[in-house]
Amino acid sequence: MNPVATPFFFYLLAGTMIVGGILVITRKNAVHSALALITTLLAQAALYLMLYAPFVAGVQIILYAGGIMVLFLFVIMLISIERAAKERQFNKQWLVGIVAAAALGGLFITIYTTTTKGKELFPEGRMTYGESQNTQQIAALLFDRGAGQYMFAFEIASLLLLVAIIGAVVMAKKRI
Amino acid sequence: MHELIDYIQSYLDPRVTTTPGAAGNIFWATVYILLVFGGLSVAVIAMNWLERKILAHMQVRLGPMRVGPHGLLQPIADAIKLLLKEDIIPAEADAFIFWIAPFMVVLAAFTVFVVVPFGPTHAITDMNIGILFMLGVSSLSVLGIVMAGWASNSHYPLIGALRSSAQMVSYEVAMGLAVLSVILLTSLHGVDLGLYGIGANNPQAYGTLSMIGIVQAQQEQGVWFIFKFFPLGLIGFFIFAIAMVAETNRAPFDLPEAESELTAGFHTEYSGFRWSLFFLAEYSAMIAVSSIAVTLWLGGWLRPFPNALNGPTWDLVFSLIPGMSFLLLAAMCFYNVARMPKHPLFKIQTMGLAGFGAVLGLIGVVMFIPAVRDRVNDVFWFAAKVAGFMYLYIWYRGTFPRYRFDQLMKVGWKILLPLGLALLILTAAMGMRTELWNQFQEVVHGL
Repeated sequence: MNPVATPFFFYLLAGTMIVGGILVITRKNAVHSALALITTLLAQAALYLMLYAPFVAGVQIILYAGGIMVLFLFVIMLISIERAAKERQFNKQWLVGIVAAAALGGLFITIYTTTTKGKELFPEGRMTYGESQNTQQIAALLFDRGAGQYMFAFEIASLLLLVAIIGAVVMAKKRI
Repeated sequence: MHELIDYIQSYLDPRVTTTPGAAGNIFWATVYILLVFGGLSVAVIAMNWLERKILAHMQVRLGPMRVGPHGLLQPIADAIKLLLKEDIIPAEADAFIFWIAPFMVVLAAFTVFVVVPFGPTHAITDMNIGILFMLGVSSLSVLGIVMAGWASNSHYPLIGALRSSAQMVSYEVAMGLAVLSVILLTSLHGVDLGLYGIGANNPQAYGTLSMIGIVQAQQEQGVWFIFKFFPLGLIGFFIFAIAMVAETNRAPFDLPEAESELTAGFHTEYSGFRWSLFFLAEYSAMIAVSSIAVTLWLGGWLRPFPNALNGPTWDLVFSLIPGMSFLLLAAMCFYNVARMPKHPLFKIQTMGLAGFGAVLGLIGVVMFIPAVRDRVNDVFWFAAKVAGFMYLYIWYRGTFPRYRFDQLMKVGWKILLPLGLALLILTAAMGMRTELWNQFQEVVHGL
């Protein structure tokens, strides 16, 4: 079976992501921005699939596209579009924005030019075996007695989320 | 040409025991996709008729009786009516999102059937993340509902969309916990499934998310997961069975389209073909979540009583049931042909019903041919179990009054979620009971 992870799909997905990302910041209507963001996130999930990480792709779809973005839309839907369209942008931070974007772009270009010196953009040898057991491998990396290295980091991240949940409840509720 | 035929026939080799997707056979994958799509459309049409009929009989009415014998052709008449209706887009609506929302819902509802295992080889493909894929893609349908409600730019649809997004996000949590407990159960007996299953070097240690793998795990352990660790499996199934009704916005959780409060909820402004897409998506989503429940708890394509009634004789008896049930349907058709009024006006109806009965009988006879029998058996049992759930959906609708929104949230967050968490912990403890017992003994010895 030929691998599906061809450069064509990479460029297609990357192009979708970039177009979606640009639409997120250029649309005046917040709901359109959110939908463009969903497109970007779905294309990103497909990129994970191309990297033979189906579990990460599935989690990306469930959490971001199906969970977080629904809650985003939930809030955005209640904004009056007419008023939002008339409102002027009040934070003028384009200078900081340009500097930050240029720095990030410079970083990407540097990494790209140094790591691909004298090499092909898409390496010939692809990892093709991991796909069938990606979920199990991630589980082993997290929880396995011998190979599990990231248990502590994982638990710390869970604790952080728990603190965020409790904080949100405390802030939203007047009387507990 | 010869190569093409070879390519097509290569999948029919009895040694091939994978799905066309896993075998990489594009031709058969396309055929399976068309079969599933066609079967699903027929199932939705049949559900439309059955729901109206069964609901009517539950309320001591007759239901549709005019178009065809016992209203059998009513769904076709409805479909033609919907296609001929004017397609209205409200002037103040966001046209693009209004236009794309129904397609989004339909796409999400149909895509999940890529991994639904109708049999060990009768699935379009099998994925390592099968159940995750199903939950993820079906959770995208809420986006379509939210888009439809917002783009209509009207009050009732917006409130319907808000309700449905809150409802679906809340019940997804309980649903996920119930599914997780089943995934824990799959790791108990380590199944070696080769490429699309699980780690080959240490099969004892890993579970699987693959839909086919989950059914095979039930086969290996010799028990459907609904009966595993009684009553833990039953509780998990119970949580899922409630959450799946809420996920599909059906009665008694049909607040997003509560007609007494919100006209028709999120699809109030839709008409004609676009409305029928929502209808199609709702019913195929019901079939999709029912097939998750069947796969996870009711043994998927496995026939009932594999332990109590085993052996070649019982295998033969059970393999005859699909053909027998079709013959029974045919007999019912012919019985009603005999009961038809002998009036010239009913002549065409009588002939039509007799023809329908003859087709059903023919299908039943074909299903007795051993080669066909072995191939359709698994699909039949899967479909029969799903059909049971479809009946339950109608039964709920005929029985339960609608929940109030605060009651809905209370059931989701205060009952199902804690129950699901407790279930997950207890299932894990039961799975590790020997290890836990040994640890406990060591501690006691240490004292």
